[in-house]
Amino acid sequence: MHIVVCIKQVPDSAQIRVHPVTNTIMRQGVPAIVNPYDLFSLEAALRLKDEYGARVTVLCMGPPQAEAALRKAISFGADDAILVTDRAFAGSDTLATSFALASAIRKIQEDMPVDIVFAGKQTIDGDTAQVGPGIAKRLDLQLLTYVSSIVDLDLDKREITLHRRAEGGVQVLQTRLPCLITMLEGTNEMRFATMPNMFRAARYPLKQWDKDAAGIEDVSKIGLKGSPTIVSKVFAPQAKSQRAEIIDCESKEPKDLAVTLLTKMFTKYPNLPEEIAKVNA
Amino acid sequence: MSEATEQEPPKKPAGRRKFELDPRLASYKGVWVFVEHERGVAHPVSWELMGEGRKLADTLGVPLAGVVMGAPGIQARRFCEDAFHYGADLCYLMEDPVMADYRNQPFTKGLTDLVNAYQPEILLLGATTLGRDLAGSVATTLQTGLTADCTELNIDLENRSLAATRPTFGGSLLCTIVTLNYRPQMATVRPRVMSMPKKDDTRSGSIIEHSLGMIETDIVTKVLEYIPDNLQGKPQLPFADIIVSGGRGMKRPENFQLIWDLAKVLGAEVGATRPVVQAGWVELDRQVGQSGKTVRPKLYIAAGISGAIQHRVGMDASDVIIAINSDPNAPIFDFATYGIVGNAMTILPALTDAFRQQLATAKVAV
Repeated sequence: MHIVVCIKQVPDSAQIRVHPVTNTIMRQGVPAIVNPYDLFSLEAALRLKDEYGARVTVLCMGPPQAEAALRKAISFGADDAILVTDRAFAGSDTLATSFALASAIRKIQEDMPVDIVFAGKQTIDGDTAQVGPGIAKRLDLQLLTYVSSIVDLDLDKREITLHRRAEGGVQVLQTRLPCLITMLEGTNEMRFATMPNMFRAARYPLKQWDKDAAGIEDVSKIGLKGSPTIVSKVFAPQAKSQRAEIIDCESKEPKDLAVTLLTKMFTKYPNLPEEIAKVNA
Repeated sequence: MSEATEQEPPKKPAGRRKFELDPRLASYKGVWVFVEHERGVAHPVSWELMGEGRKLADTLGVPLAGVVMGAPGIQARRFCEDAFHYGADLCYLMEDPVMADYRNQPFTKGLTDLVNAYQPEILLLGATTLGRDLAGSVATTLQTGLTADCTELNIDLENRSLAATRPTFGGSLLCTIVTLNYRPQMATVRPRVMSMPKKDDTRSGSIIEHSLGMIETDIVTKVLEYIPDNLQGKPQLPFADIIVSGGRGMKRPENFQLIWDLAKVLGAEVGATRPVVQAGWVELDRQVGQSGKTVRPKLYIAAGISGAIQHRVGMDASDVIIAINSDPNAPIFDFATYGIVGNAMTILPALTDAFRQQLATAKVAV
């Protein structure tokens, strides 16, 4: 079995700061990490490898420094890693990104057919959840998003059974390979890298593919040209017309502050006590 | 949305690209809202979007349509009626037994066929597990732009384009995204982000039926079973009237008990910010913000929360917001209703006592 896991290197968004004057992102010193959602998919792939035997290829599109994300994946136990990197990809939106990744997967298939593609549910920087479905559509794979567990895999029948999170419940789905799966967060825990895998990751001869190597001929489908969406404006949120009324009192004791707040609030919003009582009833 | 992290956001919309709409696409007219339903219940986000779609359609001077897809029967018709009551002028109805349960393949074909046949300029879907699954597939099939998790939708009258605003860079900034030379312009919006419109039972409209043209053997994925969620004891933040939330400023997981104490007195749900959920202090279902739940309670109490956009977009539609933070410059004071500058660990118990007393007095008064 051959599994491809698509991962992305993202800035650790918890540490992103915005320049107060220019409203631009201050990237200096923000560590790059493997998109946390991708790790649930990578771990699911590695578990299938443990149980059924598989070659796991990780695929990443990004700048040359995204190599670190792929080495990380190798250290967890992935077999191969390919970085698709080209200036021509700059400015790609989700449609252009799924085009590039789908082309790369087709190229990977020339070497060995792919049975399952995994992608992250979404990224923590884009948060769109669109690239997985996009790749599936382009490669005509069965799409299985928000998967909470893989119940069964029958490689002879080429059938897979899994649980998919729906809004009000869980769908138990059965489908045929090849398919694309995005795992729900919290459904597994990434294993620790073993010492031999860490050594392997450090020495691994990473493959770097430019657009030609990834089999992309039509440059109008990638980068800014291949992106229907246009970012017309980036801005910091407006402060509300009125700032919060800061509660203060002479004693500055918590008890007095709390009472002052409630008195003020219930005078201005006389219905609120009734609302609270209703919730409590 | 730009996925390439190596890119700074362009200072001006990419210079050399042409933005004229292809003549083939200029005939695309009207605003559509996908009506999502599961197990006989319409998802409220469909009606929230209908309210928003109504505004967009009125601005453009075009009709608003609902799209209802599902198994044949009275239920699908009822969803069309509901769509009219919430603002739709007409509904596209696609009924087929293979659409009894949501599956990507028939729904993608169905919605794509409808778009190609009736050509809307805007298509809105809820950013739910279903809506995101479907929107991503349909946008790729139609090769058009899709903007996820919008918090604001407007029309740029200059070129009749949809200006979709969403948080970006992990929620530290907002960006407005347009799809100028592709149609339809697609966007998803998360539940509770838009307000629920008033229902008008006197409204009606016309239904246009269209067939899917698929049979069960065409569809590869089978639904073996559906296990409904047991909602007992599960947090229900999106529709809670009172929420008490804590952030990193609570410092230690033990301190979160103070949040629970206040919530108990108020009969409130407990919420949290992303870092708190990631640290495992509370479960994922309690995360409020861009990557968690969007809430619109009557009262929202935020303790030790700085008020980053990521969190703010999930809660700033609350009627009254009380913020407790030791940093007088915390952004949360820019949009809260009331602020207390101080240590949440001492203010929270005082607030719990004050509310308890107030509730006791209210009971005596009754």
